[in-house]
Amino acid sequence: MSPQDASQIMGEGMSTVTPIVAVNDFVVKFANVNGSGSASANQLFAKAILRMGIPVTPRNIFPSNIQGLPTWYEMRISDRGHMGARDGTDLMVAMNPQTWDEDVKSIRPGGYLFYDNTKVLPASKFRSDITVIGMPLTSFTNAAYSVPRERQLFKNIIYVGALSALINIDPKVIEALLADQFKGRDKLIAANHQALHMGRDYALKHLACPIGLTLQPSDKVGERIFIDGNAAAALGALYGGATVCAWYPITPSSSLAEAFTRYCAQYRVDKETGKKRFAIVQAEDELSSIGMVIGAGWNGARAFTATSGPGISLMSEFIGLAYFAEIPATIFNVQRSGPSTGMPTRTQQSDMLACAYASHGDTKHVLLIPDDPAECFEFGATALDLADRLQTPVFVMLDLEIGMNERLCAPLKWDDTRRMDRGKVMTAEELQAGKVFGRYLDVDGDAIPYRTYPGTHPSKGSYFTRGTSRDEFARYTEAGDAYQRNMERLLKKWDTSRTIVPKAIRKDADKPTKYGVIFYGSTSPAIPEAAEILECQTGVVLDQLRVRAFPFGPEVAAFVDQHECVFVVEQNRDAQLRTLLINELETDPKKLVRVLHYDGAPITAEFIAQGIAATVNPASVREAAE
Amino acid sequence: MTYLPKPKMHHPELPKNGLGFTRRDYEGSISTLCAGCGHDSISAAIIRACFELNLPPHRIAKLSGIGCSSKTPTYFLGNSHGFNSVHGRMPSVLTGANLANRELIYLGVSGDGDSASIGLGQFSHSIRRGVNMTYIVENNGVYGLTKGQFSATADRGAKNKRGVANMDEAIDMVGMAIQLGATYVARSFSGDKGQLVPLIKGALMHNGAAFIDCISPCVAFNNHDGSTKSFDYVREHNEAVNFLDVIIGRDEITVDYAPGTTEIVRQHNGSLLKLRKLADDYDPTDRVAAMNFLETRKARGEIVTGLLYVDSDAEDMHGYLETTEKPFNAMDDDELVPGAAALEKLNASLR
Repeated sequence: MSPQDASQIMGEGMSTVTPIVAVNDFVVKFANVNGSGSASANQLFAKAILRMGIPVTPRNIFPSNIQGLPTWYEMRISDRGHMGARDGTDLMVAMNPQTWDEDVKSIRPGGYLFYDNTKVLPASKFRSDITVIGMPLTSFTNAAYSVPRERQLFKNIIYVGALSALINIDPKVIEALLADQFKGRDKLIAANHQALHMGRDYALKHLACPIGLTLQPSDKVGERIFIDGNAAAALGALYGGATVCAWYPITPSSSLAEAFTRYCAQYRVDKETGKKRFAIVQAEDELSSIGMVIGAGWNGARAFTATSGPGISLMSEFIGLAYFAEIPATIFNVQRSGPSTGMPTRTQQSDMLACAYASHGDTKHVLLIPDDPAECFEFGATALDLADRLQTPVFVMLDLEIGMNERLCAPLKWDDTRRMDRGKVMTAEELQAGKVFGRYLDVDGDAIPYRTYPGTHPSKGSYFTRGTSRDEFARYTEAGDAYQRNMERLLKKWDTSRTIVPKAIRKDADKPTKYGVIFYGSTSPAIPEAAEILECQTGVVLDQLRVRAFPFGPEVAAFVDQHECVFVVEQNRDAQLRTLLINELETDPKKLVRVLHYDGAPITAEFIAQGIAATVNPASVREAAE
Repeated sequence: MTYLPKPKMHHPELPKNGLGFTRRDYEGSISTLCAGCGHDSISAAIIRACFELNLPPHRIAKLSGIGCSSKTPTYFLGNSHGFNSVHGRMPSVLTGANLANRELIYLGVSGDGDSASIGLGQFSHSIRRGVNMTYIVENNGVYGLTKGQFSATADRGAKNKRGVANMDEAIDMVGMAIQLGATYVARSFSGDKGQLVPLIKGALMHNGAAFIDCISPCVAFNNHDGSTKSFDYVREHNEAVNFLDVIIGRDEITVDYAPGTTEIVRQHNGSLLKLRKLADDYDPTDRVAAMNFLETRKARGEIVTGLLYVDSDAEDMHGYLETTEKPFNAMDDDELVPGAAALEKLNASLR
């Protein structure tokens, strides 16, 4: 190893503009190669910052590939708690030669570039307005390790060590995290600690530490936990009492079913007999997975599937059957960029219409729209209750951004007095006592009929389930009036569902305003910051409404009515929620202004603010551009 | 109308089974299929099999897809829950239902269009999974409800009513079922009640995936000269390898068999399958030999019927999945929800 002279390296990197100085408020981006083991090192970095009490929002940006293609891990560090994505990188850790040019370009003026300078790069590969920090990582690790795999893995820990010195991460915190991660494997812990300090010592000795971006211990994380939406949703299904999970692998939803598998192994295996209180079937396709969910739901077990857009397309025929035959089913749709295969590893909210009206004929489906992992957990359990209560398919609409990224959120909460709501199920005793059973008979005025589980009573309560038309007693009929009565009842049931789905959450500005903004799901973290930017740039303030379910409750109609102009911020091309608002509320379309972001990257506050500013004050946008 | 209620008249002297039910208690609505349809004979065989096995009707769940055959569950077991699902998708719905409650008996009824064309995938995978079910394909080689198009089980060279020959190779569902791991595989003919009823009984008593391919001529569209699924053709080419008797519980063995021609198979649940062998060289417990035999006879143009393969010690899907004996649909919060304390611990591990 022949470390270059520190002054020489820094000389390489003197910035022509004043370097950015920031404490607990910057963006770090790691550019890596898929399959290089960087993900766990990067996660270690993020967790260390969280343990220092500083909020961090990481995002995996990855290709549809297992090994070799570029992958990024972007971390927004924000003491103020801004969790939306932000454009521009303050510190780029460029570990992938394939994306070098693009990565260097993405650094903000005055920002920093950390790279492996084992191989000398021509001056043209750098920028003069950033600070360049080189470290001979490859030669350093090659000298220290002989096994190729070790060289790769420890290189990742070594750069984490170097960065800890550059931006002031407490090494004790990282050591503790490594000790947790490799608990019981003392040799691995020691080896990782050694690598960490090798990197850190090198940086302290040869590089100018710290740089302008630094971390100071804070207290802004509090009780919050760090979990990805798919895992939280799986926990929701577990707590919601799901016993049957039938699924087919598809990005970005696979980790939901896999997390359910892990949690079931932990919580649902009988300690004495080893028998399982769950069944997880990896089906041959999505048609089969939804078929199993419907079969299980028909027979009284709580069942769910997890999928993404293409899976929804395949399931559509069955979803219509479940709607019409009134069978509970819970579907987690972790949305990705469509149509067709689209961009399977990029985020979007583009299945809203496909799910709201899935299947042929007249159908409408309940959607629950969580905006963070805590809500994924809550809605996961609630969806199973609602599916039983309403006897219909219920969708939980995640997206890749929520599902596959770890996110800081409120601790998951459970009330031990809560009981599964199994809805209207007629028992053998009730049948025996002579209670009238009509499978599609509205006896309570809420349009929700009673059902029986197969095998309930020897001579009463059996019925034939079918996708064809039938009368109130489940008898086949093609009589137009009976068909229409049933369709009207389903519409009435839809109104019942409107009263029990999660309400939209409204947050009004401090002063009266004619402007409102409607948003949902993974757009949510960017909204408070967008409102701040907008107010700062234009003076305009926004009343905010976060929609959490479809059908819309009366609060959504009221919000639209009370504002002259409502921005609808979405991550799809066709303004799909806006279409639902127009369609269901019969709102004047002119009133609903689209703010759309759909390039597959998560939406940013800056984008939203600019989109809204373009309408409220076009001059301000021109000024900003100039 | 494809549904006609049956008058509720009971003959006072109808024989009762061990549970006190008469045959009528296992019937459904009046069939609306064409007069003489082979499917109605299969419905009658199902009724008789369930009656003779003393099965409580409400403990059977009958599921089907779409098509003439899939309409039949309305015409039998009126006290059972039924599910007429989506075209070609009965197997997945049945699989899910079975997962929810392993205590019921699952009867899947399908057709050759439903299972060999649109539903070939689901047929295959439900068999692979070892779903504990009786899966009957009412096989007429033709799409009846859409008026006479060939199905995927129509033999190459077979002619439709207008004399046009089918040029695609036929799918042999029996061969597929054995290859895919079905643990009870039979073929029969709707016109042969003596053979069919015991085969259905054996299947209902079987633990695991039981498959019956029942050739069932379509009187409207596939019962003419040139068809290989007509009554006449099947009668002429039927090569039965054995005849079956199913003995359960304390039933006496009433039929005597000549020594050396009988084979007794004891199934998982104690029921006995008593096989009267017709083909000396046929061993239904040897999977490889069974496949070889079927192919050899097929090449000769024979339709081999009888119990073709059985693995009496088979596991089913619940065995593979190691699920609890208690049905999932009877579990309450205490059994399923880990509770607030466990969640607190989990929260702590996520900081």
